[in-house]
Amino acid sequence: MADKPFIHPYIPNSVPATKEAMLDELGLSSVEEIYAEIPDRLRFKGTLDIPPAILAERDLRRHVQGLLDKNISSVDYLNFCGAGCWQHHVPSIVDEVINRAEFVSAYCGGEYSDLGKYLTRFEFNSMLGELLDYAAVANPIYDWGDVAGRAFRMARRITGRDKVLVPSHMSPMRLMEARTLCQPEAMVGSTKLRFFEWDRDTGMVDLDDLRTKLDDSFAAVYWESPGYLGTIEAHGAEIVKIAHEHGALAIAGVDPITLGVLVPPGALGADIACGDIQGLGMHMHAGGGCSGFIAFRDDDPVFAEECPLELYTVMETATPGQYAVAEALAERTSYGARDQGKDWVGTASGLWTIAAAVYMAVMGPQGFKDLGETCIARSHYAAKLLGEIPGVRIKLSPSFFKEFVVDFDGTGKTVAEVNKKLLGHQIFGGKDLSAEFPELGQSALYCVTEYYDQADIETLAAAVEEVTA
Amino acid sequence: MKDETPQEKVARLGRLRRDGGVLHDYQAPRWDEPFIMEQGSPGERGVLVPLAEDDVTAAVGEAADYIPEGMSRAAAPDLPEMSQYQVLRHYLRYSQMTLGMDLGSDISEGTCTMKYSPKMHEELIRGHKAADLHPWQDEETMQGLLAIVYETGQYLKSISGMDAFTLQPGGGSHAVFTNACVMRRYFEAKGELDQRNEMITTIFSHPCDAATPMVAGFKVITVMPDENGYPDLAAFKAAVSEKTVGCMITNPEDTGIYNPQIDKYVEVLHEAGALAFTDQANANGILGFARARDAGFDACHFNLHKTFSSPHGCEGPATGAYLCTDELAKYLPVPLVTKVGDNYHLDYDRPESIGRVRGFLGNWMGVIRAYAWIRTMGPEGLKEVAEISVLNNNYLDNLLMAVKGVSRPYAEGHRRLDQVRYSLEQLKEDTGVGTEALRDRMVDFGIQSMWMSHHPWVVPEPFTPEPCETYSKDDLDEWAAVIKKGSDEAYADAQFVLDAPHAQPIEQMRRTEAMEDPKEWAFTWRAYKRKILKQK
Repeated sequence: MADKPFIHPYIPNSVPATKEAMLDELGLSSVEEIYAEIPDRLRFKGTLDIPPAILAERDLRRHVQGLLDKNISSVDYLNFCGAGCWQHHVPSIVDEVINRAEFVSAYCGGEYSDLGKYLTRFEFNSMLGELLDYAAVANPIYDWGDVAGRAFRMARRITGRDKVLVPSHMSPMRLMEARTLCQPEAMVGSTKLRFFEWDRDTGMVDLDDLRTKLDDSFAAVYWESPGYLGTIEAHGAEIVKIAHEHGALAIAGVDPITLGVLVPPGALGADIACGDIQGLGMHMHAGGGCSGFIAFRDDDPVFAEECPLELYTVMETATPGQYAVAEALAERTSYGARDQGKDWVGTASGLWTIAAAVYMAVMGPQGFKDLGETCIARSHYAAKLLGEIPGVRIKLSPSFFKEFVVDFDGTGKTVAEVNKKLLGHQIFGGKDLSAEFPELGQSALYCVTEYYDQADIETLAAAVEEVTA
Repeated sequence: MKDETPQEKVARLGRLRRDGGVLHDYQAPRWDEPFIMEQGSPGERGVLVPLAEDDVTAAVGEAADYIPEGMSRAAAPDLPEMSQYQVLRHYLRYSQMTLGMDLGSDISEGTCTMKYSPKMHEELIRGHKAADLHPWQDEETMQGLLAIVYETGQYLKSISGMDAFTLQPGGGSHAVFTNACVMRRYFEAKGELDQRNEMITTIFSHPCDAATPMVAGFKVITVMPDENGYPDLAAFKAAVSEKTVGCMITNPEDTGIYNPQIDKYVEVLHEAGALAFTDQANANGILGFARARDAGFDACHFNLHKTFSSPHGCEGPATGAYLCTDELAKYLPVPLVTKVGDNYHLDYDRPESIGRVRGFLGNWMGVIRAYAWIRTMGPEGLKEVAEISVLNNNYLDNLLMAVKGVSRPYAEGHRRLDQVRYSLEQLKEDTGVGTEALRDRMVDFGIQSMWMSHHPWVVPEPFTPEPCETYSKDDLDEWAAVIKKGSDEAYADAQFVLDAPHAQPIEQMRRTEAMEDPKEWAFTWRAYKRKILKQK
């Protein structure tokens, strides 16, 4: 066994005869002669602490699948947790398209050889632009928290001001990511985050506090709708107006799947919008399905010039009606200008934009409208049933889309206890808010989308009633 | 042409005979497909969505009643209205007009390590036990996934010699950014952030090694190469001072030349109290042969979508692995994956952490694939991967250096490891055909367009092939033959090459002013209709 050459199906030239022929061409007796470029003192001479190879595909599949099978999925159990990553139905056609080998394997091939990739990217930007009501959409990257931070930095560059006002009930996770991008305040060039209050009764922003806190030194005002706690923000247009009165930009954070029924941020007058496309055709992948977008006004070129993400424009050829797509303003990115660029770009989330393109195309305007109405109806049905359980209370405004706050204080049980017991009923309960928002007591953020029907919701309610009794 | 001999056919099609094969007589699919925004008709549906049950509606009333006043969307979004088959067909046509890696030969995409992404891995991540997990699920219900992540971290620690890991970053550049933040936190904790605000990188390191420390708030100093192609050691020493945070550099750099003095650079930094990070996006040539820690580095990263086989997916989602010493471990982003007894945990209780670089857990699809790949290679296979990558590169180098107009700057007499930066300066001077023109011609042979170089082009008319272990000897011969074909064509009829491409889905692009001019650029169809077609 030890003498047997290592021939792997992923390494054609591991065949000894081939290797020998290639070495002969080079006049070498072994590859070791090339590795002489690495000085002896820097050579690793030990054996990597990695288990022996599982060579046969069948054995490897069995091994890895065996590990994965220890997981319990949201197909195995009912899942009523969202909080930034949501279980919506993924149409089969989406998976069919993004699992095409061409799309899965493509990287940075050029505009001709990878034309289809670029055309799809442009269609994604165009359709997301329609949902959001913007004529400019950039190429998405990592996730919502990341692009929120980038939007703040973008606003700082555009306005020359270094403070951004955000609501104090912004998603704590997104806030952590944004803080990482905005730097410690002691640093020169940092973007400083300041907070305005939210209305504890409704979950919406506190406009009076916004007016109090805002002055002419702020680069931007940011808000989320629906907010992290689920509430649809009623004051978007007012926030825009107040921000603009002080020369600040208005940045909206939105979940685009709500925009079949809700007024889009472009129509509200927001200068920049950001958010996550995960709901638009991505499986959750334990959060790996996330991808953050930035869209902005196209009437002033400064927005495009200061946008940190890649931009793609439609192009033409000599043949009328024949289109190409190419990167625009490439010199301003880190690829064009290194540390003089606008933040940085890198491998982002291209496959998810293809998924979202297919999703938006099959959903169409009616699909988004239906989905919005179903999410609202079923989440309210769930809230109604849960709210009828002794000791359980629904908090904040009834203006929510798919997520709502459930207060378990009256049951004498903690959210952690409730959720542990719900696992026994094969249910994933809502996100525990008790650490993030202690003022809400033992509350959890529940999420009900179109994925779960009336019977599922009634199963949830019965289980919650039992475990809180 | 019925009685044509093979030789006559070759002559007619312009195909090159070479030992073991010929260039592909290729024509890319050309569908002349309208944008989806121009297709469909009102009322068509692509997928139907569940509607609220009558009981539900009876219990809660109309959805519109829960939308705050003025927040109901009046005008429906102008999205396509299209039936499902027509949508499928449209995107399948687009996929056909995408060469990608699986069809093309991504030897062209140097510094990106475009290797085969095994199909079995795709089955693993598409199943509901991976795809349909919620990130906030109780960790008890994700033990399989956490085990895979934890064990992958152990393997990467062994490969790098480091002590701790995170797999939260959403790509290589993101892991590099993580490093800038970890170093920032390290000096913040030491109270030296006022004093230290300079990060050193080199011009042949990836642009993110310069851009991400800038985002983290540092001033960036870029060291240029000496005549060997290494970062100039004297200039490097001169750049280091009591203001230095650290370095963020690659080795081998984009040139493929291994810097034999790399540990000396690290020593210079450590003597100044600074830290050293090495960007190992391309670790393919050194797997099992050299480790970052052994050269003294405090931290490094890997791209699981390059070296460790996860596919690139049209530029993501990807996974960056960041590794560091025990000294820096307390600053890693939360949560970390830990193991106690037989159980795996998500550890959020890390008060000195930098916080988060990404939401939730990360793109762990990439980790599952990397785990499978490392397990099928084993320690011996990983070294074989490195060896064959290096052998392939040197074999291809031999062929390319025989092509008229191609040169290889720096370090004459030294062999490159996993990639080489070449120059077509001579070809451009002789014929007017440079690297961009050749890039648009080579695709006519079914070979992926070559990635040229990061900016700025220190090497004139650059290209950077990286023939990793995936490629066969025939693949390498074919790739070199395409470059030779392009060179031959340039010397015979340069205009033909400059007019390329000739066998692609579309002709050469025009209206290039759209790439810079606000009146011309159109990032969406809506903008194009308004600005260019002048429609409402």
